[in-house]
Amino acid sequence: LSAVRHRPEGLEQLEAQTRFSRKELQILYRGFKNECPSGVVNEDTFKDIYAQFFPQGDASTYAHFLFNAFDTDHNGSVSFEDFVMGLSILLRGTVQEKLNWAFNLYDINKDGYITKEEMLDIMKAIYDMMGKCTYPVLKEETPRQHVEVFFQKMDKNKDGVVTIDEFIDCCQNDENIMRSMHLFENVL
Amino acid sequence: MAAGVATWLPFARAAAVGWLPLAKKTMPKPPVDNSSRSDEILYLNVSGVRFQTWKNTLDRYPDTLLGSSEKEFFFNEDTEEYFFDRDHEMFRHILNFYRTGKLHYPRHECIQAFDEELAFYGIVPEIIGDCCMEEYRDRKKENQERLAEDTEANEVMDAPLPPDSTPRERLWRAFENPHTSTMALVFYYVTGFFIAVSVIANVVETVPCRPPEGRVKDLPCGEKYQLAFFCMDTACVLIFTFEYLMRLFAAPSRCKFMRSVMSVIDVVAIMPYYIGLVMPENEDVSGAFVTLRVFRVFRIFKFSRHSQGLRILGYTLKSCASELGFLLFSLTMAIIIFATVMFYAEKGTKGSTFTSIPASFWYTIVTMTTLGYGDMVPNTIAGKIFGSICSLSGVLVIALPVPVIVSNFSRIYHQNQRADKRRAQQKVRLARIRMAKKGTTNAFLQYKEDRALGDRDSDSTALCVKNRSAFEHQHHHLLHCLEKTTNHEFTDELTYSELCMTESVGFRTSRSTSLSSQQGAQNNPTGCCPRRARRRAAMRLANSTASVSRGSVQELDTLHVKTTSIPPQTRSSLNAQADDLKLNCGEQDFTAAIISIPTPPANTPDESLPPSPAPIPGILRNTRATAYTHETVKISSL
Repeated sequence: LSAVRHRPEGLEQLEAQTRFSRKELQILYRGFKNECPSGVVNEDTFKDIYAQFFPQGDASTYAHFLFNAFDTDHNGSVSFEDFVMGLSILLRGTVQEKLNWAFNLYDINKDGYITKEEMLDIMKAIYDMMGKCTYPVLKEETPRQHVEVFFQKMDKNKDGVVTIDEFIDCCQNDENIMRSMHLFENVL
Repeated sequence: MAAGVATWLPFARAAAVGWLPLAKKTMPKPPVDNSSRSDEILYLNVSGVRFQTWKNTLDRYPDTLLGSSEKEFFFNEDTEEYFFDRDHEMFRHILNFYRTGKLHYPRHECIQAFDEELAFYGIVPEIIGDCCMEEYRDRKKENQERLAEDTEANEVMDAPLPPDSTPRERLWRAFENPHTSTMALVFYYVTGFFIAVSVIANVVETVPCRPPEGRVKDLPCGEKYQLAFFCMDTACVLIFTFEYLMRLFAAPSRCKFMRSVMSVIDVVAIMPYYIGLVMPENEDVSGAFVTLRVFRVFRIFKFSRHSQGLRILGYTLKSCASELGFLLFSLTMAIIIFATVMFYAEKGTKGSTFTSIPASFWYTIVTMTTLGYGDMVPNTIAGKIFGSICSLSGVLVIALPVPVIVSNFSRIYHQNQRADKRRAQQKVRLARIRMAKKGTTNAFLQYKEDRALGDRDSDSTALCVKNRSAFEHQHHHLLHCLEKTTNHEFTDELTYSELCMTESVGFRTSRSTSLSSQQGAQNNPTGCCPRRARRRAAMRLANSTASVSRGSVQELDTLHVKTTSIPPQTRSSLNAQADDLKLNCGEQDFTAAIISIPTPPANTPDESLPPSPAPIPGILRNTRATAYTHETVKISSL
């Protein structure tokens, strides 16, 4: 029953490892520590937090995948370092790094390949977040169709899986995706 | 977890990068956020205690006072801090809410004070954390109940009769609350006496009396003095019937009254007599009739109208119905189980008293309630073992629901005590308010005298004026303005009552039906004084000094005037009663329309004429001398 207490590395180290300034790290940590006084986030808390943002649907599956993406050392909890590293990539990283991160998210078993099943899981999780009341009405095969479209675009050699190179290549050739990569840069 | 939402939003937005490669459509532009991201510390000064917090902390809840721009109203430029003139101890909890997202309720604080603070800072009480929510809810409910009791008690008890109550309503009121009039009190005690007489007669008539000559056996008194008892019974039943019929007549809702417990008891108490009257002297039927007489004992329940303690007991039993039900149910279960067991245990014994399971019920009950009459005892060993288990379990089963019933009784009893105490307090408070009001009126009248003097002689005014505070000056000036506006003057009770006395001699009232006074008084068949008394009684805090002007104004049917043109007389009621100064027409209209026309007092009112020709006590001079003029005021319809 002992409370897991985790103290993050020093401010200087984090400053060196991430692309955040000292002040930004301070603000981030204060918010993080306020929410999770023990210093780590476990998956349930993660799911709760994400559910707050998407009340109409069920965000738990997607939160699960996200949690795994953030929990880089796979120890079942997201510490402040994991959190801040992930944010550093997403907010201050190069396009290459962001795409890498996205690929990592989709690759559920982290074997370097995105299979159709994995993609379908991710897609279903995303559509679950939408909930029931959508326009037009969500149908059963909508995620599946979306996966087909995705694979048609990404899977160049039609071998049924998408590798990291195929993914990055394809994304870099897609203008829309490239443009949208800069969307969230001023979040913090 | 609203704080969580604010803090984690950047993270959630960052994680949205994961959707970008999958997007079917192009993403919308992000909102431009020009606010500086650097955090600053704010200083909050609450009654001298300084609190400091990050600006971001307060911004978490933008719909509260501290989170929105509303706090700029409290910014003090000299000290560069936000100054709040409120309780700093409770502010601690408010600030903690911003920090942790959970609002806690401090148990030692008064619930109303806490609610007020929350209202001030714009925080809804619903977000109190689960840990404190129960306590908060309980205390709030308790407080509301207490207030409801208060107003209810006031309305029922102390609110005097509305002026136009029908005899029926008055009768009902007399029945419900015997303290309102002497007649009701007399009736109350007479019925009480007769209930007692009836019950005692029922009891005594079964006592054996000495038999008359020629008989050996003792006779119950009922048969010896049959006629006497019959007469007494008849008298009591007559009184009870009369009372019941009166109540039935006076009840506002007859169906509801007939369904109420007390009325059922009344009926049950008097029915046997009437059934006995109509019943023929048939032997078979009168056997059944004799059992009916048992119901006469229910007359004792009529005492519950007279005794509050009995009523409380009744309420308690009603409110503990579920506990009692549980007790009954569990007892029944236990009785059946043990009776069965005992029966089969004792079955073999010769001459056993446990002849059947129902017969064993009696043994079980007697044992479980630890009575132990000893008319049935087990003889076998098994029987004795089960018998002892039975008595032990009986103690437990009965002891369990009893504390709940006791606590309910105690709560209701104390509630009643509180109601009585509060009524006494109210009386004292009202008396004090009346004293204060009289004081203020006298001060005002004094002020006017001084002014009158001052107009003639400037020296003496200077002396008198000094003794009053600025507040009093302004207050009196205000009252004076009101007098000038309505062209009536304030006076005190003494003068007014004198005036009224003389007025009622030659006073003819108007039967104008379109009077719209606050009471909706449509027919004022009585004279001026009863109206005054009624109105004064109706408005408990009404100041009779202003009722003169009111009285005159009330006569007008064309001007819808809301009564109580009483200016606030007490400092505390300044805010409360300011609302009462509502005249539908502008006050300017009043002044312009007042025409003094002397009319003879014996004018019969003509309903077709809108203004009432009856003489109205007009402007009163503020002299204690008996000689006073009164002019009739006729206000034309504007």
